[in-house]
Amino acid sequence: MQITPSDASALDTYSAEVRHQLFHYVLQLADTSLILGHRLSEWCGHGPVLEQDLAMANIGLDLLGETRSLYQYAAELEGRGQTEDDLAFLRSATEYRNPLLVEQPNGDFAATITRQFLFDNFHYHCLRQLLTSPDTRLAGIAEKAVKEAAYHLKWSSEWVIRLGDGTEESRQRLEKALAHLWRYSGELTTPTANEKALQSAGLIPDYAALLPQMEAHLAHVFSEATVPLPQGVFMMTGGKEGRHTEHLGYILAELQYMQRTYPGLTW
Amino acid sequence: MTQSEWPLWEVFIRSKQGLDHKHVGSLHAADATMAIQNARDVYTRRMEGVSIWVVESKHVHASNPDDAEAFFDPANDKVYRHPTFYDVPDSIKHM
Repeated sequence: MQITPSDASALDTYSAEVRHQLFHYVLQLADTSLILGHRLSEWCGHGPVLEQDLAMANIGLDLLGETRSLYQYAAELEGRGQTEDDLAFLRSATEYRNPLLVEQPNGDFAATITRQFLFDNFHYHCLRQLLTSPDTRLAGIAEKAVKEAAYHLKWSSEWVIRLGDGTEESRQRLEKALAHLWRYSGELTTPTANEKALQSAGLIPDYAALLPQMEAHLAHVFSEATVPLPQGVFMMTGGKEGRHTEHLGYILAELQYMQRTYPGLTW
Repeated sequence: MTQSEWPLWEVFIRSKQGLDHKHVGSLHAADATMAIQNARDVYTRRMEGVSIWVVESKHVHASNPDDAEAFFDPANDKVYRHPTFYDVPDSIKHM
């Protein structure tokens, strides 16, 4: 992608330190949407019904589109001549900065829906705040992605309600998924040192300000689903700083196999 | 699931403002909300539409193919029902 003069000058206004912090943050967002998009792509051809198979593939592709814009921007911020493909295919698991939630296995449909809902609720509200970021590139990426995320949240919210307030079995499956995945939900809004620095600089949203809207929507959806939210669970963190669950390595092995085995391969 | 199949829905898409909704196909869904969302995912992936209608297939009543002769053949030889027997003066534009 060509850098327009205005973009280039915007990058130049950042100190080397801020530019480095921003690089890591954009990489974190890109890794997050890549890994979740890949997880959704694993459903392709395996969905419970054709319509939902397509819905999950659509959402996966939306996330992949967002991923590309973010990696392209990250590559420019880094300024070392790496491409979006280098960033996606040639980094190890400890260099990936996605939160733990998105790398969790698909499990059954209820687990996928629960994971998606917990992420969408954060993703949508965070993107809405990013719209007004003084970083015009991030704001521009958010402007495209927020419309997609609004639909993702609508879709996953509907399904949480249907499964919770559905049959005895669908309810049990949703409760089981929630009991397992809830521990990964807190990381999304727990800022790392890097995020705190960017929040202080006013470049990215303050997560504390997102919480009231996120919690209101969460409470609304789960009360409609007639499923109580877990209480007093210890929240797992570390993914955003490269400490992952065992699942990420397997994802990257599949995702990166071709480029690792045949470096520079194109088709 | 006590019921093994979701009901069938017919999907109508308006491709742009000012045009009619056109029948594009059918899909399975548990209720109208899900049918509209499914229609969005199945039938509007390539910018096909700006508006969606769904109607449960059981509410569509069709003519019986056995009646086709009685229904449609009589119109065959009644060309005078087409407005084609008028001379349009040359000065009339935009006809």
